[in-house]
Amino acid sequence: MSQAPRANDCWITECQALADGIRRRVLSHTVTHGGYLSQACSSAEVVGFLYGRGMNLGPSEGPLVPPPYSVAPSTGNPGYTSGMLYNGRRAANKDRFFLSPTHYAMTLYAALIESGRLGPDGLSQFNTDGSTVEMIGGEHSPGHETNGGSLGQTISQAAGVAWARRRKGDAGKVWVFLSDGECQEGQVWEAIMNLAFQKLDNIHIVVDNNGQQVDGRTKQVMGLEPLDAKFIAFGAHCLRADGHDLAALDAAFETPHPGKPLVVIADTDPTRGIGLLKERWPNLHYIRFKGEDERARYVEALKAMGD
Amino acid sequence: METVNRVHAKALVDWGRTHPEAVVLSGDLTASCEADGFRDAYPDRFLSMGLAEQNMMGFAAGLAREGLRPLVHTFAVFMYRRALDQIEMSIAYPNLPVCILGFLPGVTTPGGASHQAINDIAVLRSLPNMTIIEAGDATDVESMLEVAGQVDGPVYCRMLRGALPRLFAASHPMRLGQARFLGDGDEIALLSSGICTEEALRVVDLLRARGVGLRHLHVTTLKPFDDPQILDACRSARMGVITMENHTRLGGLGTCVAELMADHGIAKRQIRLALNDTYLQGASPKFLMARHGIDAAALVRAVEELAGRSLDFDDRDFGIQRTGTYFSDVQQEAL
Repeated sequence: MSQAPRANDCWITECQALADGIRRRVLSHTVTHGGYLSQACSSAEVVGFLYGRGMNLGPSEGPLVPPPYSVAPSTGNPGYTSGMLYNGRRAANKDRFFLSPTHYAMTLYAALIESGRLGPDGLSQFNTDGSTVEMIGGEHSPGHETNGGSLGQTISQAAGVAWARRRKGDAGKVWVFLSDGECQEGQVWEAIMNLAFQKLDNIHIVVDNNGQQVDGRTKQVMGLEPLDAKFIAFGAHCLRADGHDLAALDAAFETPHPGKPLVVIADTDPTRGIGLLKERWPNLHYIRFKGEDERARYVEALKAMGD
Repeated sequence: METVNRVHAKALVDWGRTHPEAVVLSGDLTASCEADGFRDAYPDRFLSMGLAEQNMMGFAAGLAREGLRPLVHTFAVFMYRRALDQIEMSIAYPNLPVCILGFLPGVTTPGGASHQAINDIAVLRSLPNMTIIEAGDATDVESMLEVAGQVDGPVYCRMLRGALPRLFAASHPMRLGQARFLGDGDEIALLSSGICTEEALRVVDLLRARGVGLRHLHVTTLKPFDDPQILDACRSARMGVITMENHTRLGGLGTCVAELMADHGIAKRQIRLALNDTYLQGASPKFLMARHGIDAAALVRAVEELAGRSLDFDDRDFGIQRTGTYFSDVQQEAL
């Protein structure tokens, strides 16, 4: 585990600025196109923490304006580029980031822009034909290394990467961002069991526990709690933290966890920072305005956020 | 005919000796898939993944992303059926060099429908980036890792285990994309794969002795399916084409050949000897091959139909014994 000297308290200010910027950028696109807004609201501090404090990434290697989609990966297609370029070059001492719920793509793109890894115009191609900046990210999309597929798959791939990196003696860690809904997939628990069995402690997993999924409240779709007890029972070192409290997130990820994967359940609010969303609760998965009147109220909310 | 026992077990240990990037994963079927020798020889490169195939496939993809060459071992059904989405999204889509070694194809297990991989080729052939290779004898199995290792992407190996017949000289390994040419003739093209080739060999000489011009190819690469020998055999066969496979008639070798002929405008009759779009019960391979029409007798009937005449076979003509232990009582207990 890295023991870099901790920066002074201004990191909190910087991470909060990232979080605020994520919400603002995602909202600004949502008022035009609709989108996955509640996910940005719940995860803004978590993602801001990852890019501003938690992860040790090299500088972005991706172009500020993402290249258009070429073809799917295949033999004889050397021109194919992975979205992981935006998280920096692979290096033994650098961390790796895996976004599992790839409908959080807009949140990730916004984080890349706010942290200077993607140009401010990078989102202009969002969800347009032929672009890599897709609504649900693929592994060619900025910031992505895997195709999330149906949910619950990325954690196993990250586990394989973590095992291989430990074998190589890499100092860098592997970070996985999970949503709470996908913890209903059995594969997540297969992977946690496997990580614990292999005693892999070079992996950090954060769960955006925002309590809602497509059909509504998680507790009414397929209850998951006590989620921390489940992770502990499967062999992980698991803590809960207020997912909007940057210092609490930092403390959670600094917890020693020798011989065990670390799981931090970030308890979050899917309406955080945009109170209007409460009117739609609990159906928050994708925002499609019911009419111009509603859209206008979100435009007002965006103006209130300032620049 | 020579019989060789636990061919893959030895080949895997040999492969591991010269390929330090090779990592073996097993889903609680290590000895059953002949990976126990590798486990004992290279314990730091052996991963026991338990009964969790979805995770195992994704984990293998992660290893491949880091430059390792994972060799995933379990029964075929537990991968292509149970973990298909993981094979597609974690392995095939990113075109990662994961070698998927699927055991117990078709009738080679008495384990019943849950264990019998009857549609694995059909399913996996539809995946972009996937290469598919099938073994029919000891020499094929010995060459499997070498052939799979040539592919820069995912490979599905339809494996055989236990005591296997050596149909082809050890000095003539399997080659990617190249069927084995087993005999020439211009009336009927016989394309057989997997264990059906040994079955066909029980009667092809007798068929030729009765004046049937039979060109016989043993097909080992099911995808890509672009071997010019196969196209030429189909074109040259005056009476028609017979395909013979240990797989459902939908999507396997027979379908590959039918598509090839359609693509090239070859208007020939084709008889597909295959499992007839049905699940099987647990029973002996000999029984199942006869019941479902993929044995030597079925081949004779197909040749008679294309030739338009009776060839006067009787029971003595089928007396040549099968050698593979997928036919032996001993192996059938070893699930």
